[in-house]
Amino acid sequence: MRTALFWIFSIAAVASALGVVGSLRSPINSALSLVVSMLALAGLYVLLEAQFVGLIQVMVYAGAIVVLFLFVIMLLNLRGSGAAGAESQPIAKAIGALVAVAATLWLARTLAAGRAPWPDVEEGFGTTRAIGEALYTDYVLSVQVAGVLLLAGIVAAVVLAKKKID
Amino acid sequence: MGDISGYHFQIVAALIFSIGALGVLLRRNMIVMFMSIELMLNAANLSLVAFSREIGNDQGQILAFMVMVVAAVEVAVGLAIIISLVRNRDTVNIEDTSQLKW
Repeated sequence: MRTALFWIFSIAAVASALGVVGSLRSPINSALSLVVSMLALAGLYVLLEAQFVGLIQVMVYAGAIVVLFLFVIMLLNLRGSGAAGAESQPIAKAIGALVAVAATLWLARTLAAGRAPWPDVEEGFGTTRAIGEALYTDYVLSVQVAGVLLLAGIVAAVVLAKKKID
Repeated sequence: MGDISGYHFQIVAALIFSIGALGVLLRRNMIVMFMSIELMLNAANLSLVAFSREIGNDQGQILAFMVMVVAAVEVAVGLAIIISLVRNRDTVNIEDTSQLKW
């Protein structure tokens, strides 16, 4: 059952990631493919016993971030500008793409070479309770810094989107 | 979990990261390039969570959570920059916005 779910989710994630990059017609198609990719990744997180991260993935990425993307795309009302300039230096880009894929696969092989069998995790691993307790005891400074960062991001977004650049 | 191991999850993460990197390299639409950066961040998150499961320690999940916070801030600021650029230049093609190029 888990093996079947892994293959379903990972194929969906990779295929929709290709859809994000490969849809030349409109950025809207890319954004909708991005939603599918994020949801499939959330499923993979749940398979990895990380329920809290999977939940946050659905709420923050599939919920907030992609909606923000769609909002901006529709606000700007862009048409057909995706493919422009994509054909410059096709040979160099193709070679670079092949090298990038080969290097990444080789890296993954190396990283996963010395793998051990998975340990059995204790009851409650990766639940909201476990992660929340860790966040508010051992990692409370990180949470505070993240809050300051979010505040700075809000202020920066308002300032940047409001003014005209001289 | 049968024949599925951390190796498989790392391969999926590597594939998604490659696709995101290709998007940044090949596409010239700023919004699509930005989505490709999001894909790369998500691939890194998947790798972190998979290693966290393999070690049996939840620190990787907390790090993935922090990456999500930073990604949310980055999206807000980046899209504000894109809106500002489109208002002033009326284009999302990265080749037309080269005033920071040396």
